[in-house]
Amino acid sequence: MNRTAARQRMTELCTELEQTAREVGRPLCFMEVCGTHTVSACRSGVHALMPDTVRLVSGPGCPVCVTAQRHIDALIRLGHIPDVILTTYGDMLRVTGSNGDSLQKARSEGADVRVVNSTMDAVDIAKANPTRQVVFASVGFETTAPASAVAVMAASACTLDNFTIMPAHKLVIPAMLALLQDPDIKVDGFLCPGHVSVIIGSDAYRPVVEQHRKPCVISGFEPLQIMQGVLQLVRQLKDDCPSIENLYPIAVTPAGNIHAQHALDRVFMPSDTPWRALATIPDSGLELRPEFARFDALTRFEITLGEDHEPPGCRCGEVITGKCLPDECRLFGNVCTPVNPIGPCMVSSEGSCQAWFKYRRRESSPDKRSTTEVKGHATHPAKIKATS
Amino acid sequence: MTMATATKRILLAHGGGGQLTDELVADLIRPDLDNPVLAALDDSCILPTGIGRVAFTTDSYVVQPLEFPGGDIGRLAVSGTVNDLAVSGATPLGLSLALIIEEGLEESTLKRIIASVAATCHEAGVNIVTGDTKVVARGQADGLYINTSGVGIISPDRQLGYDRVAPGDTVIISGSIADHGLAVMLQREQGESIKSALHSDVAPLNSLIDAVFQAAGDGVAFMRDPTRGGLAGVASDLAENSGLHLTLDESCIPVRPETLYAAEMLGLDPLDVANEGKVVIVVRPDKADRVIKALHGHTLGSRAAIIGELTGERDGLCELITDVGGRRIVQKPYGEELPRIC
Repeated sequence: MNRTAARQRMTELCTELEQTAREVGRPLCFMEVCGTHTVSACRSGVHALMPDTVRLVSGPGCPVCVTAQRHIDALIRLGHIPDVILTTYGDMLRVTGSNGDSLQKARSEGADVRVVNSTMDAVDIAKANPTRQVVFASVGFETTAPASAVAVMAASACTLDNFTIMPAHKLVIPAMLALLQDPDIKVDGFLCPGHVSVIIGSDAYRPVVEQHRKPCVISGFEPLQIMQGVLQLVRQLKDDCPSIENLYPIAVTPAGNIHAQHALDRVFMPSDTPWRALATIPDSGLELRPEFARFDALTRFEITLGEDHEPPGCRCGEVITGKCLPDECRLFGNVCTPVNPIGPCMVSSEGSCQAWFKYRRRESSPDKRSTTEVKGHATHPAKIKATS
Repeated sequence: MTMATATKRILLAHGGGGQLTDELVADLIRPDLDNPVLAALDDSCILPTGIGRVAFTTDSYVVQPLEFPGGDIGRLAVSGTVNDLAVSGATPLGLSLALIIEEGLEESTLKRIIASVAATCHEAGVNIVTGDTKVVARGQADGLYINTSGVGIISPDRQLGYDRVAPGDTVIISGSIADHGLAVMLQREQGESIKSALHSDVAPLNSLIDAVFQAAGDGVAFMRDPTRGGLAGVASDLAENSGLHLTLDESCIPVRPETLYAAEMLGLDPLDVANEGKVVIVVRPDKADRVIKALHGHTLGSRAAIIGELTGERDGLCELITDVGGRRIVQKPYGEELPRIC
């Protein structure tokens, strides 16, 4: 679709969304569970195109933001062990632990911290450095966990004894169900994560729909796909017929990626795990099965997880549960900015606060901003005049 | 000084050309060295002399890999310095070339890079007029670092600066964005695992810029090459330093499809990614068409486009009208470009 056609299609979707939302007749709030959705929506400016009565709030879907401080602390300690090469995905570098340290800072202090784009790169580094210990920071959701499993299986198959992972993976469905138990969280439906759904399949959302009667729409990440996803959520509410709708069928099937699920199941088992700024959620994490426990870096290097100490005043926990918008935090934009971040949501490139600061700051008034004020700046596409 | 406490160290991100680089220069470097010429912090400083204005600039190049699709560190060093002079309105007089070579660098590599320096100088019509060579022990450098400085003369009829930018001015880019940064990043990060068709745009722009001045004369108000920090860095600086509101139209910004896909795959915004052969030009609106015609008549400007305009709303912000008609702020990148987790 060319750019003119995309703009035209967006205008049509907005008109339809406005009409359908009016028929529902009350303010609606949907949660985009995935950090990539958050960034894509902010970057393409779709919030400003939505009617005032429909708003999108962020969920706990930014893998960096939900990694607990105790796991970051452990990674930093691992990085400082002589002869350890700590390998990590790039956007973990800046996130801070309980005392403000980060892997980026550890690297500047001499730790051998290397950014990799694949778990197999970490395995290759281990093979190329037989006298060093290589640890992989195994974070992220069901999207990244299968690759961690494959790396562990590969290391096991070639008896690579200088490779370990620090497992801190998170599972999306237990988190969504935990959110729905919280009476303070008032969400009318979920824009479900596209990448995660590729792995877990659309059927995985059944408990959300069947037990909680919340609409679930799986969408891709293009702005038109996001807007279509929101429209479908509103339509389900209008028809009072909550269901799982898959708008990303090119990548997502009902059963998901069976091979990835088998790899996960072979290497990991569910475990209780702490989410940053949230509580420990039962069965929402992954630990290595006993036959692969020797690949656990915490065990090999005898590191005990410590405590978390969230920065005073930081509302990241409320931001990633949709209880407040980023600019409703009094630290936002004043003492907490992307250059000097306080909370994890301002650190990560997929964090809600950074996305808001980077792309939507103009919508925030210097005074305490209510949701109404924020939406008051909404601009309908018809009012936009292109510069050329 | 927020940076100066004993426990703070320089981060890799301080070299990314974004907000952290600004902070490093402002907090640790500029205070002890400050003077009126340095204070402008432009691509070249302008030295007043009895014979007119002289532009002077310096840059260091540490790119890895040394050779990448579309260029190498030698072409980059010459182009970067020539471009810093040219966007200041100067005609280059001569360049210096300082090499810091790591023990063990293959002579054949050095030979290829020096040949590339020579070819790029020939293309730009400038000579290397002084130089220096140092060799350091293995492990104390990464193959080869290059520093180039350049001197140029600014014609009296060329007056550029943030203070010349006015409401109503048109913003033009000379071609597609993000090609250099992504070509280098894919070569560096993916090695043999991903083959890409991307090529760096690295090129000396002085003849292209001469064509712009010939077309618009004193209608040209400002120019900058969007290197580290990308178009986002130049655009946000332009809005902030002029105090005006800059509106860019995403649908008008040229991006090659393959570049867009690569950026999407790595989770990067093409606006944030470095260019080494593009220039952002602010021109009076009545001269915009002439500038576009001049750019289209040059091999390095065939995809030039009008991408935005400055307005009198004095908020110092740059805003982007997105492809689908949304609006969002354009922010100077933070520092190091980091591919995302998923």
